[in-house]
Amino acid sequence: MDSSTIMMIAEGTWATLYMTLVSTLMGYVLGLPFGIILAVTDKNGIRPNAFVYKILDFIANLIRSIPFLILLILVIPLTRLIVGKSYGSGATIVPLVIAAAPFIARMVESSLKEVDKGVIEAAQSMGAGNFTIIWKVLLGEARTSLLVGVTIAIGTILGYSAMAGIVGGGGLGDIAIRYGYYRREEDIMIVTIVILVVLVQILQGLGMLLSKKLDRRQS
Amino acid sequence: MEPAIRVENLNKTFVSKNGSVEAVKDMSFEIEKGDIFGIIGLSGAGKSTLVRCLNLLERPTSGQVFINGQSMTEMSESELRKARQNIGMIFQHFNLLMQRNVLDNVCFPMEIAGIKKKDARKRAMELLEIVGLGEKAKAYPAQLSGGQKQRVAIARVLANDPEILLCDEATSALDPQTTKSILNLLKEIHERMGITIVVITHEMSVIQEICSHVVVLDHGEMKEKGTVEELFRAPKTEAARKLVFSGSAHIANMQGERKIRVTFGGHSAFEPIIGNIILECKTPVNILYADTRTINGKAEGEMILQLPEDKETAEKMIAYFKEKGLGAEEATL
Repeated sequence: MDSSTIMMIAEGTWATLYMTLVSTLMGYVLGLPFGIILAVTDKNGIRPNAFVYKILDFIANLIRSIPFLILLILVIPLTRLIVGKSYGSGATIVPLVIAAAPFIARMVESSLKEVDKGVIEAAQSMGAGNFTIIWKVLLGEARTSLLVGVTIAIGTILGYSAMAGIVGGGGLGDIAIRYGYYRREEDIMIVTIVILVVLVQILQGLGMLLSKKLDRRQS
Repeated sequence: MEPAIRVENLNKTFVSKNGSVEAVKDMSFEIEKGDIFGIIGLSGAGKSTLVRCLNLLERPTSGQVFINGQSMTEMSESELRKARQNIGMIFQHFNLLMQRNVLDNVCFPMEIAGIKKKDARKRAMELLEIVGLGEKAKAYPAQLSGGQKQRVAIARVLANDPEILLCDEATSALDPQTTKSILNLLKEIHERMGITIVVITHEMSVIQEICSHVVVLDHGEMKEKGTVEELFRAPKTEAARKLVFSGSAHIANMQGERKIRVTFGGHSAFEPIIGNIILECKTPVNILYADTRTINGKAEGEMILQLPEDKETAEKMIAYFKEKGLGAEEATL
């Protein structure tokens, strides 16, 4: 492997990391409030609202039922509008965020629903308002479960970002498709796979370590 | 004086797909300021729903709840939140924030009330000293025993200086020894702060340990109300008898067709009643069960006797007990 290939793979790794982390972050900017509203308006939530819940529930299911590869192509006009072009790692962030947000919302929803109803009731008995309960009880008590969710989200988005290589999405997936699939340069493909595996392992390990460190439920 | 809590024609009906459940049916009672008031009933009696109607965690279907003369049911959301800061509540499963340490748990209600962090921490430390957990301030709930967790919950509930404390089965998850120590702590707090305490329980032993007044609930209805002594001496309804008779579970298995339950307070302990009744009626009696318990610091005795087959003698015996000022009721459970 010559130095320009190594450079390319290094840049690809960086692009993959960049896409994954930015998309996860923006996915949470949308998905976290989305998930909170789902958990809060659920019929067993602290402010049940069947109308709001059903609409959000429908949107989440709708987006999640579109395969990512198709979503990628479907949102190209939107991507052009936002980023100005439809290829490269910057452009891939748009479909990644759209796909990740409802998925993240679902994980946030399920994390928040795990919070002990008794603790919520205790906060209500102290005169806490819904905002305080969301901020201090739901998010505070669910924090380790939310962090596990972040870890899962990063892994999934990393996988999606590689898929975006099909339409010139940049990053390691792009390299694997161009060199490994179109040109049959298997050594490059294997290297990209190894790097992807190592990345997922590191991110997964870090996430789990952090969530374990922050968990106070074990004595 | 305005009672601390006044409940008027309270109803709560839960409606679900499988029909409706009347958890609280037309209840009315008052709780005086500074009282320790018991609400007893078996599971499904409606106690938990009733107590949640007092601080409006459950909105009553109809009827009114007055706290210090103010109608809780007519308050706006923000007024209600303010009012709840004056009504503390502790729970069977403690309901502490598991991700916060003990000190921060006690600070939590003060955060809600908008008290400065520094002042809150100082007050929290004082409260932890009162409940005897000063050195556990930095521990997390998962590292504490059940009794310690309930002590933290008690410290937490006192943080905003409530006038009323609701205890929802607060000792039901604890062993008898720990139960006793928690009840003693509640008594101590009651003496120290003059707080009105409402105790929800299914155990008569808890009621007789700390309560002065009590209501008995059964299937959503209030069956009896009065002082704890009255309830112990002369339970009028079957629901009350089931809760009060410590030997009730065995009555059906005891021999003899007719049995009476005799109760006596401290004053009658000097007279050899059983000896006298045998001499009087010239018939021996069979003691099937006897127990003494302490109610509000006074000894109260209870005995189940087998009555003689002869109806006349049996009636004479009952009359004799009553004449001597003892409680004597047929035990029919």
